[in-house]
Amino acid sequence: MQLDQLKQVSDVEWRIAPFGKMRVPAVIYADQALITEMDDKVFEQITNVATLPGIVQAAYAMPDAHWGYGFPIGGVAAFDADAGGVVSAGGVGFDISCGVRTLHTGLKAEDVAPLKQRLADRLFTHIPAGVGSTGKLRLDAGGMDAMLRGGARWAVEHGYGSEADLDRIEEHGCMAGAEPGQVSEHAKRRQRDEIGTLGSGNHYLELQEIVEIHDTKAADRFRLRQGEVVVSIHCGSRGLGHQIGTEFLRQMVIAAPGYGIDLPDRELACAPIHSPVGQAYLGAMRAAVNCALANRQVITHLTRKVFADLLPGTHLSLIYDVSHNTCKEEWHTVDGQTRRLYVHRKGATRAFGPGHPSLPGELRDIGQPVLIGGSMGTASYILVGTEEGGTRAFSSACHGAGRSMSRHQATRQWHGRALVDELASQGILIRSPSLRGVAEEAPGAYKDVSAVVEAADRAGLARKVAKLKPLVCIKG
Amino acid sequence: MIAARWEHFPHQADMGVRGVGPTLAAAFEQAALAMTAIVTDLDWVAPDEAVGIRCEAPDSELLLVDWLNALILEMAARHMLFSRFEVSLDGQRLHATAWGEAVDTQKHQPAVEVKGATYTELKVVRDESGQWLAQCVVDV
Repeated sequence: MQLDQLKQVSDVEWRIAPFGKMRVPAVIYADQALITEMDDKVFEQITNVATLPGIVQAAYAMPDAHWGYGFPIGGVAAFDADAGGVVSAGGVGFDISCGVRTLHTGLKAEDVAPLKQRLADRLFTHIPAGVGSTGKLRLDAGGMDAMLRGGARWAVEHGYGSEADLDRIEEHGCMAGAEPGQVSEHAKRRQRDEIGTLGSGNHYLELQEIVEIHDTKAADRFRLRQGEVVVSIHCGSRGLGHQIGTEFLRQMVIAAPGYGIDLPDRELACAPIHSPVGQAYLGAMRAAVNCALANRQVITHLTRKVFADLLPGTHLSLIYDVSHNTCKEEWHTVDGQTRRLYVHRKGATRAFGPGHPSLPGELRDIGQPVLIGGSMGTASYILVGTEEGGTRAFSSACHGAGRSMSRHQATRQWHGRALVDELASQGILIRSPSLRGVAEEAPGAYKDVSAVVEAADRAGLARKVAKLKPLVCIKG
Repeated sequence: MIAARWEHFPHQADMGVRGVGPTLAAAFEQAALAMTAIVTDLDWVAPDEAVGIRCEAPDSELLLVDWLNALILEMAARHMLFSRFEVSLDGQRLHATAWGEAVDTQKHQPAVEVKGATYTELKVVRDESGQWLAQCVVDV
């Protein structure tokens, strides 16, 4: 990105003053190296977001921002419904409520080491991953609607996990306001047999070792101990979410002129929150959030079964579950005024600081765990929300490394088999139904996740707590 | 004579599909081939089973996105891959048949699932030589 079009506010904050039809400024959080490498499309997209009706304060881009659809991936924007604010299907994205959850195993890396191969094989067999894979659950019409209303709570009620899990999930595992009636039959058809599946692309299930602790106090509260093994699951709302995204994007593109909205880019398709299309989308999107929460809950159950078979007595407890493609109704203070806003986070993680009422009792005084996924061979991080984050980007942080190279370039540069062997020599076992898929997801095709996390930490968006290194990766 | 062909074009996180042909229908068929080629090698997919598809849109660009999304829905809901397409257009109405087979992980080694066709880099145009081009980015 050309730096001369930005005003540098600090070593990790860059500002674009409103020009053209922008209603608010745009702010990018990144260090000089990250912003220099950032695609020019991020500039174009984040300034486009700033033109949308009812946008509040500024349009934000996180340190992992890259070229997305309408919104950049790593984009955050909040809208006030009563000031003509909009909800945007493009601002949430296709994989609604895609997110990460991380579980304690309580096991030490050296205890897991002799069983690594068997764990990798068993997890790969028992957790459906990749194109065309199906779960064991089949939902009829009534079951589908109950799942879309209940989310992870529905899964727990059906024997997948425990009540204690729900405390550690955003919205307590169940997004209010879901309207299964707004979800099309096509979307439900895509989901019939997809509950409990990882999907493909950058989705994964990993065993990871905690290799560094950066913040002892928060690590203690999250019960993170160096040398211990955790499980992280990255996936979303599967076919149902994709279909809802597809259908509402089209509906909003066609409806926008009727609402007097001039779209600078069709992918920014949106509708006023106070409109039939806006309300229908919110009802459907919230149902998709529940679908993603139920999906991660069922996968958690499958993972626990594998551990129970191979390492009897192991208890996998949930540290936290975050969603990074959402639009949520939240209260935020803007210019000293508390306002109810619709916060879009597309490839961005919510990062509530200490004291936030939505946090479970045992985490309330320390802040929300913020889970940042890496790519196959690289590190993941656990951060914690900060108080000052509330004054920056509506308590949001990055979500991962973000691609730096297209899939095409990646397959030209790496071969799946060689990559699997190379990672194995570093002690990282990969299991995937597709070697080309592995090459497309090569760690080198992503930005340096450590640099992204460092920038988020320095910008005060969230604070580093622990670094995780992959041991086993099941790729979709 | 314009030869029908397809290609991919890069997008940072995802993939662009481009179909070129002597007619708009041919360009649409080629764009569909490009989409399957994101998932697997076209030669590995036997065109054994036929599926009918219909859609309608206010303009040709939206129609291209609708066509690809209709295929994505059939791929996902039927767990199929398609390797042969026949499209006919009547104004902004599309009738098509797609031929393919059930996904077989061993045989097809599917690299990635296509989530949806997008309006990014969306273009349906006829150039001076008369050839049609239909393209957009698909989210994977």
